[in-house]
Amino acid sequence: MRLGRKGARRGRATGTGWPSRALFLGPGLLAWTLLFAAPVGLILVSSFLSRGTFGGIEYRFTLDNFARALDPLYVRVLWSSIRIAALTTGVALLVGYPAAYFIATRPARWRLPLLVLVVLPFWTNLLIRTYAWIVLLNREGLVNRALVGLGLTERPIALLGTRVAIVLGLLYAYLPLMILPLFSAIERLGVAPRQAAADLGASPAGAFLRVTLPLTLPGVMAGCVFVFVPTLGNFIVPDLLGGGKAIMVGNLIQSQFFQARDWPFGAALSISVLAVTVVLLVVQARVLTRERRLAARAA
Amino acid sequence: MVRVRRLALLAAATLALAACGGGGGAGGGEPGGGGAAVPLEDQTLTISNWDAYTPEGLIEAFEQETGVDVTLTLHTTNEDIVGKIQAAGGKGFDLVFVSGNYLQTLIDQGFVAELDHDLIPNLANLYPEANELGYDPGNRYSVPYTWGTTGICYRSDLVEEEPTSWTVFHDPPEELKGKMTMLGTNPWLLEPALRSLGSSLNTTDPAEIEAATEWTIEAKANLKGFDDTTFYSELVAGNAWLVQAWDGWCNYGIAEDPNIRFVVPEEGSDLWTDTMVVLAASENKEAAHAFIDFVLRPENGKAVAELVYYKVPNRAAMEQLDPALIERFPNLGMSPSELLEQEALRDPGEAISLWTDAAAQIKAA
Repeated sequence: MRLGRKGARRGRATGTGWPSRALFLGPGLLAWTLLFAAPVGLILVSSFLSRGTFGGIEYRFTLDNFARALDPLYVRVLWSSIRIAALTTGVALLVGYPAAYFIATRPARWRLPLLVLVVLPFWTNLLIRTYAWIVLLNREGLVNRALVGLGLTERPIALLGTRVAIVLGLLYAYLPLMILPLFSAIERLGVAPRQAAADLGASPAGAFLRVTLPLTLPGVMAGCVFVFVPTLGNFIVPDLLGGGKAIMVGNLIQSQFFQARDWPFGAALSISVLAVTVVLLVVQARVLTRERRLAARAA
Repeated sequence: MVRVRRLALLAAATLALAACGGGGGAGGGEPGGGGAAVPLEDQTLTISNWDAYTPEGLIEAFEQETGVDVTLTLHTTNEDIVGKIQAAGGKGFDLVFVSGNYLQTLIDQGFVAELDHDLIPNLANLYPEANELGYDPGNRYSVPYTWGTTGICYRSDLVEEEPTSWTVFHDPPEELKGKMTMLGTNPWLLEPALRSLGSSLNTTDPAEIEAATEWTIEAKANLKGFDDTTFYSELVAGNAWLVQAWDGWCNYGIAEDPNIRFVVPEEGSDLWTDTMVVLAASENKEAAHAFIDFVLRPENGKAVAELVYYKVPNRAAMEQLDPALIERFPNLGMSPSELLEQEALRDPGEAISLWTDAAAQIKAA
């Protein structure tokens, strides 16, 4: 009785009694349930059902969809998608870190305008921006015309329909998602640790590698996740810039739902990609935890 | 850090969501009763058609004449409209335009109403051949709107030798390498291969599909890419010189560049049909029948051919066509018997997984 009253009082004092809890958590939980848990649940259930003769779903339990997803053909597509996504993420990090570092070290009044420039492309639909790349990279496109005009190549070269074009398009699409978390990590760090390192005799490179980079690692990880995950599932860019000659797992899933009308198999492929993503995220979280523990021990 | 991880998980979830299609499966479409009691002018029609596939003014003219209020919605592909119908349990549309080979799905699942031929006297305008289409013999459930075939569409000013065979994609002359596109979706993706190898376009034989897959993978090295949507504008722009194309879409290219030509390869091709069907759940079936009858009038069929550049299976309409139009778009002049020599496309049913595996294999190679 006494305990209960005490608990209730504490709840009131900190605003964590059940009415306020429901008020704060309710909308988010509702959205999460309706927009995340329920659809993923539907996909999970569908992945164990069968396709009807002419499409649709038949309520007959089967593991065939997952057996088929493990076929070397589909594993190869998943693996090549992971490689493309990893390459895109790596290049985005190499391009994005210096850019974020540059912006974060400008005087405060310059940072906002520069950040606006970074997110400016998001004001235009990705599909349209990707079509712009087609105009640039096509046989009779601007890049080829410039190359031929400058006498660098005799004849237009194939730029579209290559893996390079896909990586370029994905890099362009998701680079801002790398720069933003990096910027926030570098800005939050401030100049003090860098200056301290310099005062203690570290070279600029040493200060960067041993102070700035480790301390902004969470930002690096966040940026990598933000780029890797949507890249892995993207199907518009490979479709348009790959000329349909190369596919990623996103195209495969899309075609199961739309062309093959094989929703259960599409669901099984989606779950497989989700599983791969979750495994990678767990690995990432482990790395960060270990890093933090090491830092704590050093301190 | 925890926040970052949660965000990342949410991002992963978004990925799965993006891959998720429509809602649940199919429910049986109950025939909507009581339509006969409602006078025609009090009925409304919700029609779904492909974009730019309804001649301008057709719907307005129908509304004016009958007093029926028409809402036209658009779908981008057959898969799109079949998915919408399945997801909504057959409700929401009165009449839809869908290709014959997709019709089997809808009939099989009970979404499509059997037609009352007494309400469509203009069926008499159709070519006799248009009553014997394999997906729906006797037009019990559907009325053909347009029909046609697939072939090779090319720039005669750039291609030296007129292509006559599907094998051009596999063994092209040197100057065509990297300047050709093929259609990227089934069944057309395998069409050049199956035709070159002498197989049926509706084959369900794993060995035949495997051989066609290998052929297409070999051909892929010669291609600029697979293209279902921009091939005719790529021809006009000169980015592609020779493409696999549907006849009507090739006409879009011819309209912009008279050097573009269409040819049906000597190995033969497919016969596709786009049809009009009334949904079983529709409560405006009389209006839907009246609309079909209206489209079948000679002057309206003629408008379809003239404005959309597709052949219509309507003899009365085709006979009224301006000869100059056929001269400009020669494939509009293909006769029904020439068309019927091509193989009609059917739904592969269970064998579809062989076809989709083949497509994935080709694209991933």
